[in-house]
Amino acid sequence: MTETSSPPAGSEAPAYPMTRACPYQMPVGYEELRENGPLTKVTLYDGRQVWLVIGNEVGRALFPDPRLSSNVLHPGFPFLAPRIAAQTQQRAAPPLVGVDDPEHARQRRMVIPGFGIRRVSALRPEIERIANGLIDEMLDRGSPAELLSQYALPLPSAVICALLGVPYEDRGYFDERSRQVLSSSGEGAAERARKAFTEILVYLHELVAKKEKQPGDGLVDELIAHQLEEGSVDRDELALICSLLLVSGHETTSNMIALGTVTLLEHPEQLALLRQDDTLLPGAVEELMRFTSIGDVLMRVAAEDIEIAGQTIRAGDGVAMSTMLMNRDPHAWENPDTFDITRSAGRHVAFGYGIHQCIGQNLARAEMEIAFRTLFRRIPNLRVPVRSEELPLNAPYVLQGVAELPVEW
Amino acid sequence: MEISIATERCIGAAMCALTAPEVFTQDDDGVSRLLPGGAEGAHGTSVREAARACPVQAITLRGD
Ligand code: SF4
Repeated sequence: MTETSSPPAGSEAPAYPMTRACPYQMPVGYEELRENGPLTKVTLYDGRQVWLVIGNEVGRALFPDPRLSSNVLHPGFPFLAPRIAAQTQQRAAPPLVGVDDPEHARQRRMVIPGFGIRRVSALRPEIERIANGLIDEMLDRGSPAELLSQYALPLPSAVICALLGVPYEDRGYFDERSRQVLSSSGEGAAERARKAFTEILVYLHELVAKKEKQPGDGLVDELIAHQLEEGSVDRDELALICSLLLVSGHETTSNMIALGTVTLLEHPEQLALLRQDDTLLPGAVEELMRFTSIGDVLMRVAAEDIEIAGQTIRAGDGVAMSTMLMNRDPHAWENPDTFDITRSAGRHVAFGYGIHQCIGQNLARAEMEIAFRTLFRRIPNLRVPVRSEELPLNAPYVLQGVAELPVEW
Repeated sequence: MEISIATERCIGAAMCALTAPEVFTQDDDGVSRLLPGGAEGAHGTSVREAARACPVQAITLRGD
């Protein structure tokens, strides 16, 4: 047992994050990391060493631990890439995801009614209508097509706009900008992401002003009626919260629909099972979440010393929670690297765990179920003409996914 | 089995209602609630799984 926060003896702290070669498999280097036990150390781009959480049990103990902070303004908060560091230093902490309780709890309380299971169930027919409409358009235009821009992105985009009460005709405005905020990489990325976020924020400010005069029936309208008018939130915070919901509602689900399609097509025997038995669909969605783990690394900083797994995480240490490694932990699942839609994948942490667990998870589940069912039913001979290794991928420090998805039928 | 929910801690993730829909539901505020009569008919395994699935450990079980 070590009493200091230096790396475990005999191991070096490899560079992190690591790049995926295949969009749904573990990055090269994760196999070796997994052998380092449930908790190890890695080196970030700036030379800083942080803890990497690998084990499912340890992760599930650490995620809800209040000594582990999500506050991005904490001076010791670690960043995966200079772009993210630069973005965060520019402004206040992003609501919900970048703050701790009690601020987090106050913000979360405001928005949870909008994402309740009954609300989500009531939205299902609308989601089905949107999915079918997009497939109609795609079939009209004919094969080949690009699935991300024609289906995987516009579907969650239309759904989150409907839920928030953002006018349908404005939704195109956010598609590209949301992508830039969460998944841009390469030259000029920080600048593009910042600009896109500012534009979304300005739009939402104007929307709130418009809705104050002419209320509608979305979540934004409810927040105006119940929170803004009571004074429990001001216009700036309201616009920030809405922008976070809007951006997260776009990017994550669209990446999952695209990547899930690739994964299912590359496992034809699993897809065949799913086609035979509709009741396997919810389980298949959980398994896709576990298997692809698109939001791989969630960053934290230790606010106090934490003793766990024979190590001491010191106050101020950075902690990287790898949801992919936790979801591929051989102690938690048999043959974790096998894609099996009939397994019970329920204990995955692909939506996170603890107080920050994804607020839109039940909406996301409904969208994924409907998206896959509609797609494979209506275009039964759908194919991806290239191997998954040849698809253009997102950078390792952003949401995992394909940047483009050519399809034929 | 005695089931209690620390509603002030609940974050509305609905893992409980998803795992044991015969026992848990959500109220209009998106907060977890026991279904009327849910605790009596509660099947041990699914309730235990629901308590485990709760991301903030807001569900406590006592007895069988
Ligand atoms: S699983 Fe926990 S946090 Fe989620 S609704 Fe149930 S009690 Fe609340």
